[in-house]
Amino acid sequence: MKDEQQRFVSQTVPIQSATFSNPINAEIRRAADTGIYDIRGGGAKRRVPHFDDLLFLGASISRYPLEGYREKCDTRVTLGTRFAKKPIELDIPVTIAGMSFGALSGPAKEALGRGASAAGTSTTTGDGGMTEEERGHSKTLVYQCLPSRYGMNPDDLRRADAIEVVVGQGAKPGGGGMLLGQKISDRVAEMRNLPKGIDQRSACRHPDWTGPDDLEIKILELREITGWEKPIYVKIGGTRPYFDTTLAIKAGADVVVLDGMQGGTAATQDVFIEHVGLPTLACIRPAVQALQDQGLHREVQLIVSGGIRTGADVAKALALGADAVAVGTAALVALGDNDPKWEDEYRKLGTTHGAYDDWHEGQDPAGITTQSPDLMARFDPLEGGRRLKNYLKVLTLEAQTIARACGHNHLHNLEPEDLCALTMEAAAMARVPLAGTDWYPGKAGF
Amino acid sequence: MQTIDLEAQGLRALNATLQAQKDASNQTAWEIVNARGSHAIAVGLDAPIEVTVNGSTGYYCAGMNKQATVHVKGSAGPGLAENMMSGTVIVEGDASQYAGATGRGGLLVIKGNASSRCGISMKGIDIVVHGNIGHMSAFMAQSGNLVVCGDAGDALGDSLYEARLFVRGSVKSLGADCEEKEMRPEHLEILTDLLERSGSDAKPEEFRRYGSARQLYNFDVDNAAAY
Ligand SMILES: Cc1cc2nc3c(=O)[nH]c(=O)nc-3n(C[C@H](O)[C@H](O)[C@H](O)COP(=O)(O)O)c2cc1C
Repeated sequence: MKDEQQRFVSQTVPIQSATFSNPINAEIRRAADTGIYDIRGGGAKRRVPHFDDLLFLGASISRYPLEGYREKCDTRVTLGTRFAKKPIELDIPVTIAGMSFGALSGPAKEALGRGASAAGTSTTTGDGGMTEEERGHSKTLVYQCLPSRYGMNPDDLRRADAIEVVVGQGAKPGGGGMLLGQKISDRVAEMRNLPKGIDQRSACRHPDWTGPDDLEIKILELREITGWEKPIYVKIGGTRPYFDTTLAIKAGADVVVLDGMQGGTAATQDVFIEHVGLPTLACIRPAVQALQDQGLHREVQLIVSGGIRTGADVAKALALGADAVAVGTAALVALGDNDPKWEDEYRKLGTTHGAYDDWHEGQDPAGITTQSPDLMARFDPLEGGRRLKNYLKVLTLEAQTIARACGHNHLHNLEPEDLCALTMEAAAMARVPLAGTDWYPGKAGF
Repeated sequence: MQTIDLEAQGLRALNATLQAQKDASNQTAWEIVNARGSHAIAVGLDAPIEVTVNGSTGYYCAGMNKQATVHVKGSAGPGLAENMMSGTVIVEGDASQYAGATGRGGLLVIKGNASSRCGISMKGIDIVVHGNIGHMSAFMAQSGNLVVCGDAGDALGDSLYEARLFVRGSVKSLGADCEEKEMRPEHLEILTDLLERSGSDAKPEEFRRYGSARQLYNFDVDNAAAY
């Protein structure tokens, strides 16, 4: 009788804490083991309101669509029309974001150049100077002027087609860069004037200017050195996009590059990536507002980046007012990063495809984020370039498909009116109505 | 000697003219008048010409200079000779913040004092300051030589890499990972040469040398307090 009763006593099931989840506890244990914060590559992995939370309305009786296969939907974009004598002409409004040589291998840089050029768009150098691979294979190359100034020189400045003054990145607005010793090969060390094998830190502020008034003079200097030919971009991380865009315009930028928090990085503290900055979706409207308030929307172009993956993302960013987008992580994935074919090796590194983010360690099985000759040899820049070209073409076709469905003969004719939001958050951030309503939070009159 | 009146001809014409000078040019001497503290004077030059600026300059005078000798007969604003590649830049007066920032080669001589962040992120340039320098000078300096005949302000050589720092006077404080180093004969040789080329009569033996302790080269959590 006693035994019988005990058998029927209900037991609690083990409940995992939402606060102290397994990944959180694992991070506590990792911190306790090592005494150092986690550094990784990639962008924010947490879910934040994003382009997925927006939908296009399409056309019907009240809007007239364009014929998908016959009617033209232009994709060209001109960047740098404000002051530069030689603006950049691109066939598609999708550019390749700045990724440093050092973080990426030489062949990966070559592949980016090949793929982008074949698709009619630009690539961008990064925090390590300009390589021959990239200059040689990029029809249009944007040269970054970063706080570290690694490799900076007037000849490369003049060889570039545009100059991008990097103030910040979405993954780490307010943070500097780092390239850990493992990746400092002889070539990387030489380009950066530093000893081999040491951790290289890149400062978070520029060495020779501080505020927006200084930036204006810095831009003047860059223009004087390059004969006022080249468009000058100013890249900012998503923090206070209205004010930062306003100040970039005031400082004389031809193009503003705005990178949201999902934007990738080669190596940054995880806590920084996940907890600092604004989601890309929340950045665009304030930046466009700033351009409009200055009367310069479309005259100073806006390039948006941070988590752009599909043609739908491209179309949504443009509909919210961007002139073009930039892709980093997606370009690497197109080249072969995180490919399941390397699963065995990802396992050996204690990870799995899709989750591999230790780009700073230089052991990339796909041979892209490494300086190891053996791993680099796995990567074929011709094949990588072909894959990137294909991917960029698909992004463009997808964006055109949407634009035609909304009745537009140029991607730039997409507008907020074409969109609705699936969530209140996205409605508030994108300032487009919640689906099925004519309301969004913050809209006057409600 | 060719004279360019900056006020009359404008900055664009001035820089375009100087930038157009090639090695073979026989117009090697140029004088700039009415500089009046303008920014970006004589930037991006790339020929062995001699440019004298009669007066003081604003930001970024002689920025990214290659080969040319630029002589400022006054004081210079922030970012003097930033990212200089080669050649010589001489300032008779004082220089404002970030003089010689990220410079990769050549010789920068400041006959007066230099302000804060002199030689920040220097990457191979030689800088000689006859007077004093301000705080945070040679921050993250990578290579090259910074010679200070007077005193240095706070946090000299913070997060220094392989640049050599020589100071004759006092150093208010050293930055993280910067320490005094032994002055060996090869250093005295470098110093003697730089003092001579910069027209200083200071004695090499009166200087002390500072360099990187190299403790922060690879991140170690036990050093966290140093950052
Ligand atoms: C491997 C890697 C290296 C990067 N290096 C740089 C850099 O050197 N300079 C820079 O401004 N941004 C750098 N970024 C950021 C990109 O330019 C861009 O802002 C970001 O990747 C865009 O977001 P996405 O990755 O989601 O497309 C890097 C990103 C990655 C993934």
